[in-house]
Amino acid sequence: MEKSLDLINARIRDGNARVVTADEMPAIVDELGEEGALEEVDVVTTGTFGAMCSSGAFFNFGHADPPIRMERIWLNDVEAYAGIAAVDAYLGATQEADPPDKVYGGAHVLEELVAGGTVELRATSHGTDCYPRRSITTELLLEDMNQAVMVNPRNSYQRYNAATNTTDRTLYTYMGTLLPRCGNISYSGAGTLSPLANDPGFRVIGSGVPIFLAGAEGMVVGEGTQHSAGTGFGTLMVTGDMKGMRQEFLRAAVMNGYGVTVYLGVGIPIPVLDTDIVRSTAVRDEDILTEIIDYGTPRRDRPSLATVSYADLKSGAIELGGEMVRTSSLSSYRRARAVAQELKACIEEGKMELALPTRRIDPTKRVRPMRETAITPRVRDIMNRQVISITEDEEIRVAAKRLLKDETNHLPVLDDNGMLVGIITTYDVAKAVVTDGKLRQVRDIMTRNVIKTTPDEPVDIAAQKLKRNNISALPVVDTTNRVVGILSAIDLGELFGGRWWR
Amino acid sequence: MKLLLTFSRRGPHDPGREPVIARVVKETGVLVNVEKANIDSVAGEVLIDVPDSDADLVRQHLEEMGVDVHVMENAIALDETECVDCGACISVCPQEVFSFDEEWRLLVNGERCVLCGKCIQACPHSALSQQG
Repeated sequence: MEKSLDLINARIRDGNARVVTADEMPAIVDELGEEGALEEVDVVTTGTFGAMCSSGAFFNFGHADPPIRMERIWLNDVEAYAGIAAVDAYLGATQEADPPDKVYGGAHVLEELVAGGTVELRATSHGTDCYPRRSITTELLLEDMNQAVMVNPRNSYQRYNAATNTTDRTLYTYMGTLLPRCGNISYSGAGTLSPLANDPGFRVIGSGVPIFLAGAEGMVVGEGTQHSAGTGFGTLMVTGDMKGMRQEFLRAAVMNGYGVTVYLGVGIPIPVLDTDIVRSTAVRDEDILTEIIDYGTPRRDRPSLATVSYADLKSGAIELGGEMVRTSSLSSYRRARAVAQELKACIEEGKMELALPTRRIDPTKRVRPMRETAITPRVRDIMNRQVISITEDEEIRVAAKRLLKDETNHLPVLDDNGMLVGIITTYDVAKAVVTDGKLRQVRDIMTRNVIKTTPDEPVDIAAQKLKRNNISALPVVDTTNRVVGILSAIDLGELFGGRWWR
Repeated sequence: MKLLLTFSRRGPHDPGREPVIARVVKETGVLVNVEKANIDSVAGEVLIDVPDSDADLVRQHLEEMGVDVHVMENAIALDETECVDCGACISVCPQEVFSFDEEWRLLVNGERCVLCGKCIQACPHSALSQQG
């Protein structure tokens, strides 16, 4: 059996369409079977509510008198892109206010407008014959704008990697605060309610399809940026009229140590046309898998520590490396459910009819990394291969002489097998001399927890280690912990022409 | 009940130079649980947990020794208009103060809080604050 969209829309108009939320669907299919569910259910509503950084809005402010060709525009001190003719601008959610003395950004301006608040517009221009004015400051409400159209390049990820941190310091990321030594796991996404998880083949979600966007009726534009459905990470570009949005579903947020973002509610209704759609909308948390990624690796390709399901993530704790690690979400399942329920009510009341895509989204497309034409310098390209080292059982005097003779400030300390076990600096030696003089050997004064690098590491990451730890050199070790070089701030200084000294 | 104790350690006879906690335990016989202590060269701050029925007695003894005692009624406050029930606070808390109910609404069990402040920073919506 198949069901046509016209039939479903006729039932919506008549007020007798059977609409369910996506989290109800697995039980319905269990009870009625796929054919039975197809007969019973007309529409499945999905919903998600979480951080959607890649969001923003186009505004049209109308013309002032005398008119101005606005070239730079700030809304509450947050700069909006004004390179789109005289009176339009695009404000991005993650753009932060200048001066950066408060944590405030585009998302806060969007929320302020939706909440009915006043926003200060400030703009400058060089002045032309047709647009003589050079500056303007005015206060605006959302209703004062001719258009306020949200257009979000990348929303509603199909699923998202969960995050943890194997390093021994706390990380502040867009995935929230990640405690050291895998102290927690952070995840995002609504699992069974997630729009794209309910239509992974992009059969009914595509261009032109009506959606719920932050409380307003919106529409799918097409595939989102970074769309990679072929690897399970599809995204959508969506749009909606800000004037219909509600603060409940549009909230500014700040990820500590990372920056500003916006939490949005997005919901998509799925017409139940055939048993394939019944099957895809019956997806459970158990079926949606994702990886736990180590954000302690500051590289594009971070290692995966485990594959888990959203059911595992939602359970509150996961076993990782023999220990139970607590999980918590950044997105709100409670509010995702509110989105799906609002959308359900809206369709039941006949306020929204469904449509099929006017253009399909490619379900096999895979995202590519950035093509980089300049080669990223690696530690091996600039490290000093002439390593002066010392063994841990040498006397401190010997270390002092060696530091003086070779005009270096750092001596990696090796054990009998040539493995790195510590480091000493001129400071350590000086300190040993001015204290009691009882300390005799290098092992008594060396730092055992050595911050080090590898030949393959990009120089930028090594530089960040120096800065973060307030040190001036890193031993370079191979995979067996044998010292193959040393990287000092001086080497970096030569590479970057002094940039690191400022 | 949680009591936040603050005391000076500047002078040689200030309470911070004395074994005030040991003394209060010895004198009152109340078992005090020290949950957090920050003590530097000039001042100290200690969070203790005592049975509700003994709180007045402990407080009186400490105050006699020159320690400032503050009763922590609601260590952590949740602003429900800001909270979106995301749960970012849940896994950063070392004390399991936060959890979800059946409806995925955030629950706060403030009695367990030791005022580490991790959740306040981790909350994306500035919905958590410490009550003085």
